[in-house]
Amino acid sequence: MTEEIRTGEHPPPPDRSERLSRWTYIAALARDPVPLLATVYLVLLVVSAVFADLVAPYDPIKQNLRGRLAPPFSADAGGGFIHLLGTDELGRDMLSRVIFGARVSLSVGVLGAVVSGIIGVSLGLVAGYRRGFVEDAIMRLVDGMLALPSLLVALFILFLTGAGFLNLIIVFTLLRWMVYARMTRGLTLSYRELDFVKAARALGNRSVRVMFRHILPNTLSPLLVLATLEVAFLILSEASLSFLGFGIQPPNPSWGLMIANGREWLQQAWWLVTFPGLAILLTALSLNLLANWVRTVTDPVQRWRLLTPSTKPQRRLFRAKARLAERGTGGVETAIPGGPE
Amino acid sequence: MGRATTIGDHMTRYLLRRTVNTLVLLLVLVSFVFLAGRMIGDPALNILGLNASGQALENFRENTGLNDPLIEQYGRFLTDVISGDFGVSYRYGFSVLPSEELRGAGTEVLPLVLERLPATFRLAGVAIFIAVALALGLGLVAAMRPGSWVDRIINIIALAGVSIVQFWLGLVLIVVVSVHLGWLPTSGYGTWQHVILPALTLAARPTGRIAQVVRSSMLDELSKPYVETARSKGASTPRIVLIHTLKNASVPIVTMIGDELGALLTGAVLVETVFAWPGVGLLLVDSLVRRDLPLIQAAIFVVATLVILVNFAVDVAYSFLDPKIRLAGGRA
Repeated sequence: MTEEIRTGEHPPPPDRSERLSRWTYIAALARDPVPLLATVYLVLLVVSAVFADLVAPYDPIKQNLRGRLAPPFSADAGGGFIHLLGTDELGRDMLSRVIFGARVSLSVGVLGAVVSGIIGVSLGLVAGYRRGFVEDAIMRLVDGMLALPSLLVALFILFLTGAGFLNLIIVFTLLRWMVYARMTRGLTLSYRELDFVKAARALGNRSVRVMFRHILPNTLSPLLVLATLEVAFLILSEASLSFLGFGIQPPNPSWGLMIANGREWLQQAWWLVTFPGLAILLTALSLNLLANWVRTVTDPVQRWRLLTPSTKPQRRLFRAKARLAERGTGGVETAIPGGPE
Repeated sequence: MGRATTIGDHMTRYLLRRTVNTLVLLLVLVSFVFLAGRMIGDPALNILGLNASGQALENFRENTGLNDPLIEQYGRFLTDVISGDFGVSYRYGFSVLPSEELRGAGTEVLPLVLERLPATFRLAGVAIFIAVALALGLGLVAAMRPGSWVDRIINIIALAGVSIVQFWLGLVLIVVVSVHLGWLPTSGYGTWQHVILPALTLAARPTGRIAQVVRSSMLDELSKPYVETARSKGASTPRIVLIHTLKNASVPIVTMIGDELGALLTGAVLVETVFAWPGVGLLLVDSLVRRDLPLIQAAIFVVATLVILVNFAVDVAYSFLDPKIRLAGGRA
C-alpha cells in the first residue's frame, strides 16, 4: 500500500460564472468510456422502444406452441429470423418481448417521473418561495409521506384499485412527488434572496412568474439528475410490482412480468429469467451512471475533474496552475496544524 | 454552566416534537389503512370476489357493520386497533363466508402477523450485517485511491447493487449456487444455510448505497487539515483511515445504515416471496392473493409501524451524534 492519500489534487477555485458550450460537455463525455457506454445503451434502448414495431423481429404476443422454450440462437421452426434470445413457454420470441417490454418499462418510468416531477417541483417552489404556513404544511406532508414505506403502500392501493398502467402512474405520482418537492424547496430557498430574484420582484413581476421564469430555470440541472435517478427507481418498482402481480397485466410484455413467468421454468430454460433481468439491470445502471456523470459535470466545484485534459503532462500543468491560482487567492485550505476534534 | 441546560432543553424539545410527529404519522397511517380499505372499491366485493351473489354481499355488509355510517366505523376501527384488534382473518377464520358470528369465530390477525416477525428480523439482521461489512470494505478501499481504476470499478459495483432487481438476483443465485453448484438449499427456513442466499440478495441494495456514503464521507474527511498533520507525523494510510478519520466520518454512514434498515423491512417482501422465507412479507403477499383484507391491513400496519419507528430511532440517534442538530434542535 502506498503512503500517499491522493487528496492533493487541488481543484482550481470554482468559477460559477463560467458558461460552457455544449461541445465541451460532449467532448468530456467522449473521453469517459463508462458514461459514454451508458449513453449509447440508453439511446439504443429508447430508439428500439419507440420503433419497436420496426425493430422487433416478431410479434411479442404471437404464440407458436411448436417452437416453445427454444434456447437462444435457435432457428425458427417456420423458417423466420433466428430467435437470438430464444423463445418462452408459449413460443413467443424473447428478443421481441424484451424490446416491447422496454416500451412499457420506459414509459412507466419516464411518465411517472415527469408527472410526479411536475407536481413535486410546483409544490416545492411554492413552499420555498412563500414560506410561512404554506411551507410548513407542505413540508410536514413531505416528511410524513417520506417516512412511509412506499412499496407497501403502493401494493395496498393497487390491491384495492386493481392493477394496470394508468393506476401504476397514479400510484407512483402519489408516492414520489415528495422527493422533488424537498429538493426544489431547498434550491428555491437558496435562490429567493439573491439579487436577480429581488430585482425581478422589484420590477413588479407576479410571484408565479418569479418562481417559474426566474427561479425554476436555475434549479433545472440538479432536478434533471434527480429525475433520471427516479426513472431508474420507478422502472425497478414497476418490475417489482409486476412480479407480484400488481403492475402490468399479461399478455403485455413487461420485464418484471417476464421474470415472474420465467420463474416456473427456472431449471429448464434459464434464458426466460436472465434476459429481462439483465435488461432491467443495464437500464437502471446506465441511468445511474449517467446521472452521476451529469451531477459531476454540472457542479462548478467538481467538474474540473472531468473537463480537464487527460494526458499526464497536461494534467500536471493544469494542477500546477490550479495551485498557483489558489495561492493567489490566499489558499482555500492551507495546512493549519490541528488534530481531530 | 448555562450551556448544558440549553442543550438539554433543545434536546428535550426536539425529542418531544419528533415523538409527537411520529404519533401523528401513526394515526395518519391507521386512518389511511382504514379509509383506503373502505373507500377504494367495495370492501364486500373486494373480499368476497366478483362471483358473490347480491344476497351474500348484503349479508356480509350487515354482519361486518359496513352499512353503518363511515364515522362510526372509523371510531370502531380506531378503538379496535388501539386494543390490538385488527379483526379476524378470512383465510384462517372460516371455510364458508360469511358466518353469523363474524367476530370471535375466526383467528385474530395481529398474532398471525406478529408470529412471523422473528423470521423477518432474522433475515433483515443478517442482511444488514453483510451489507455493512461489504460496504465498509468497498467504500474504504475506494476512498483511499479516488479516481483510480479500483475506485471506478467499486463505483460501478455500488451502482449495480442499487440497480439490480432484488427478486431477479435471488433467482439467479438460486440457479447458480443451489441448482448448479448444489452448495446451499434453494429455499426454506431452519438452518444457517437457509439464510445465506436470501440475506445476500437483500444486502445488494444497502451495500451499494452505504458504500457510496462511506466513500464520499471518507473523502471529505481525508481532505481535512488534521489528516495532513497526522500524515506528516508519519502515520500510515491504514492507520489514518481506521484510527483518525473513520469515527469522524461515521455520522452520515450511521444515518444511511438506519435508512436502509427501514428499506430492508419492505424489501424483504419480495425476497421472502422468492425464497419462501416465512416472514411477514410472505404472509402479506399470500394474503394479497387471497384478498384477506384484515390480514393485509394488519401486516401493512405492522411493517409500516416498524419502518416509522426505525426512522424515529435513527433520527434520535443522529441528533445525539451530530452536535449541530443537538444545539439547534432543528429538523433532521
